[in-house]
Amino acid sequence: MNRLVHGTSLALTLAVIWYLLSGHTEALLLGLGCGSAATITWLALRMDLIDHEGHPLHLTFRAPLFWVWLMWEIIKANGQVIKIILDPKLPINPRRFRVPASQKTDIGKVIYANSITLTPGTICLDVTESDLDIHALTADGELGLKSGEMDRLVTRLEGDS
Amino acid sequence: MISTVLDSLSWLLLLSGCACLLISAIGLLRMPDLFTRMHAAGIGDTLGAILVLAGLMLQAGLSITLVKLVLILFFLLFTSPTACHALARAALAGGQKPLLAENLNTENPISESSPTEQPLP
Repeated sequence: MNRLVHGTSLALTLAVIWYLLSGHTEALLLGLGCGSAATITWLALRMDLIDHEGHPLHLTFRAPLFWVWLMWEIIKANGQVIKIILDPKLPINPRRFRVPASQKTDIGKVIYANSITLTPGTICLDVTESDLDIHALTADGELGLKSGEMDRLVTRLEGDS
Repeated sequence: MISTVLDSLSWLLLLSGCACLLISAIGLLRMPDLFTRMHAAGIGDTLGAILVLAGLMLQAGLSITLVKLVLILFFLLFTSPTACHALARAALAGGQKPLLAENLNTENPISESSPTEQPLP
C-alpha cells in the first residue's frame, strides 16, 4: 500500500478521534480538528513515519478476532495468577527460557511479544531475530507458550504483507 | 427494570475489578523479587482495568463517554505491556538477576535468603 492510502487513512482516523473526544459540532472546533489532523499527517509524512509499521492498515480486518481470542487468554491467565497469589503457600516456580518467534516482520514480533507480556504469568524480556526471551511465573505458563498456539495465531494475523 | 439490572451488573463488574486490584496489590507484597512482582502487577493492568472500565461503560450508557472509556481501555492495553517490557529490560540492564525456581528454597519459597549469584538456565 502506498503513502497516499496510509496518509488519508491516518488523517481520517485523527479527525474521527478528535471529534469523538471533543463531542462538539461548532464550526470553529471542527475546523481546528481538521487543521490539527492535516498538520499532524503532513508532519508524519515529512518525517517518513507513515508506513505499514506506523499505521498497520493491513491488520484492520484480522485484528478483532485475534483480540477476542487474546481477551479470553488474558482472563484465563488472570484466574491462574490470582489463585497463586491467594494460595497461602505461594506455589510459584519462576523460570526463564526462550521460545521461537515465527513472525517475518518486526511488527509481527512486537505483537507476539506484547501479547505474551499482556497475559499475566508471562513476561517478554528480550526480542531477537528468531526468538523471544521469556520469564514465566509457573511451569504451566512455560508449557502454554511452548505449545506454540499464540505464535501460530500471531503469524496468521500478520499475514503475507 | 432494565436500568436496575444494568446498575447491578455495573456494580458487580466494578466490585470484582476492585477485588482484582486488591489481589494484585497483595501479590506485589507477597512475591519474592522484581520479576515475579511484575506478574502480580499484570493482574491490575489487565483484568482489573478491564472490569472497572466495563463497569463504568455500563454506567455511561450509549453516549460519548462510552467512546472515551473504550479508547482508554484500547490505549491501556497497548501501552501497559510496552511499559512492562521496558521495566523488565531496565532491570536486566541494571544487573537484576531473576530469581529462578532452581534457586528457590523449596521448603520456604518466599524466603528472602536466596543466594545473590543466580546462574541463568
